[in-house]
Amino acid sequence: MSDKQVGPAGNSFHGPLADPAANAGYEEHPPRVGFFTDTSVCIGCKACEVACKEWNEVPVSGEGDGFNLLGMSFDNTGNLGANSWRHVAFIEQPGKPPVDLGMPEIEAKASETVGGMVGELPDFRWLMASDVCKHCTHAGCLDVCPTGALFRTEFGTVVVQQDICNGCGYCVSGCPYGVIERREVDGRAWKCTLCYDRLHDGLEPACAKACPTDSIQFGVLDELRERAAQRVEALHDRGVTEARLYGEDPDDGVGGDGAFFLLLDEPEVYGLPPDPVVPTRDAGAMWRYAGVAASALVGIAVSAFVGRSR
Amino acid sequence: MRELSSEAGASDRKAHTRHRRGGRDDMAVPPAEFRSYYGRQILKTPVWNWMIAAYLFSGGLSAGSAMLAAGADLTGRSELRRVSRLGALVSLAASMYFLVADLGRPERFHHMLRVAKPSSPMSMGTWILTAYGPGAGLAGVAELMPARVRRTWVGRLLGWAARPAGLEAAAVAPGLASYTAVLLSQTAVPAWNEAHPYLPFVFTGSAAASGGGLGMLLAPAGESGPARRMAVAGAALEVAASRTMERRLGLAAEAYQSGRPHRLRQASEWLTIAGAIGAVVGRNRPVLAASGAALLAGSALQRFGVFEAGVASTKDPKYVVVPQRERLTARAAGQ
Repeated sequence: MSDKQVGPAGNSFHGPLADPAANAGYEEHPPRVGFFTDTSVCIGCKACEVACKEWNEVPVSGEGDGFNLLGMSFDNTGNLGANSWRHVAFIEQPGKPPVDLGMPEIEAKASETVGGMVGELPDFRWLMASDVCKHCTHAGCLDVCPTGALFRTEFGTVVVQQDICNGCGYCVSGCPYGVIERREVDGRAWKCTLCYDRLHDGLEPACAKACPTDSIQFGVLDELRERAAQRVEALHDRGVTEARLYGEDPDDGVGGDGAFFLLLDEPEVYGLPPDPVVPTRDAGAMWRYAGVAASALVGIAVSAFVGRSR
Repeated sequence: MRELSSEAGASDRKAHTRHRRGGRDDMAVPPAEFRSYYGRQILKTPVWNWMIAAYLFSGGLSAGSAMLAAGADLTGRSELRRVSRLGALVSLAASMYFLVADLGRPERFHHMLRVAKPSSPMSMGTWILTAYGPGAGLAGVAELMPARVRRTWVGRLLGWAARPAGLEAAAVAPGLASYTAVLLSQTAVPAWNEAHPYLPFVFTGSAAASGGGLGMLLAPAGESGPARRMAVAGAALEVAASRTMERRLGLAAEAYQSGRPHRLRQASEWLTIAGAIGAVVGRNRPVLAASGAALLAGSALQRFGVFEAGVASTKDPKYVVVPQRERLTARAAGQ
């Protein structure tokens, strides 16, 4: 721990951190891995949701048998949670013409009909995005976990040890993305493990394996960041100026995400916080305020007795 | 909520309408203050239930009582010492119950003891309680001994140990009274996180007010002087910090100033101020007891109000999106 790499403020609670696994005490470890989710090629098939459930034996999400129509386009999952470790968001936006994203050509052009089956191409656009745990460089859930159940793996990911978790629920409030959740029937906290078991066997996570368009790309984080930068550049060249990366910046409030995204609109449109910050960043200031308040309490108690006979 | 705030939700519905009618006249999206995903909350609502709010109160009460008991012990006020030690013991027991019962897996409560983690206020709190509990417990049990036990060697040993134990508990008590503010603030919950400069003062003030209030309620009027002074000073700190917090918080103040959290904290302020006035002007036992009860109720309502304000701030995405968006805009302007 003596040679651990630290952020600009001289601690490891926030700021850029080149090697979270080494910071957590691994001397020799594989490179940090993660996801690059390129939402511009997501087709909303939800294969990632299904593959994740199948592989990780994640129980039914939502009320009853899980078949709930939420009235949010094709999104009937709603959000990430204890029983949804991948969540595909569907946003329908008016007034923006479809853009060429470099996908295979569609034969039907606007206002062209084919056998009466294809009408006018819609003049609204779909945004589809598969959300997942961000495996933050500075993970709020991991920082606040009081049992050590949440830990940093040798791959730089963040995983809950289910035999340790006692369901205190602190991680649920510690996550600035609202990802981790306590499972009602079970009492423990659950979230994406980035398929820790599959990584051990040299396999890619189930969601990335199942993704038919390579919207979900798994790999070494540094390589993914390079690939993502190239993809944004290519999209900008094609006139898709709204393409932007989310969570790839090591200077952001969580030190960069292990799972980051290419988005085509503001993050909040996808249900993501625009500028998340790990709550631990302000821990020092919080304890200092608490110290002053504790001193004030001592002052109050002492002055209640000193120099008085009644 | 969806109708009020979500442009994405609105465009969703517009898109469907337009598709069916083939018209373009209903395309205008009503101006939205901020954008969101169907108006859905971004953060998870805390899983903690009313027991954690109750613990915020009982933990503070125990700390305030332990400090009052130590002072009473050192200044020879035996009745005030007795009721305060017992108050500290009972509220400590309640605290332990609330903390364990709120766990998803209560039988695994001892997993808290397998690590000491400075980055986790809950872990720090566990060790603060571990340091506080035995002292407060021993001092309290010493007050419960019947005369028959008091004469045995066990009784004499307990009687001898009560003072150092009570003093040790009193030394840890300020930590117990203040760490719960960090516990709440070191979360992504907007109303708790953004209140971190103020919550510790609200909480220690509330702890002093409740500890003093319990002394006023239970101790004879002749010994209640320190309890009254502690209650008045605590109430003043609590009310001042609470008002400063509401004034200085940005958007997050809305979570404290609307709905049930607002009503709880409004009632808390009235009860606390009334109790403090009673502590100053009260001369006879009934008035002091009623004032003490008002202070206790005020402290409890304060904790529930703060707790519920945090919960409310996770349920509306505006508390997440608006301040973060403002931050990004300011940063972009600064570059």
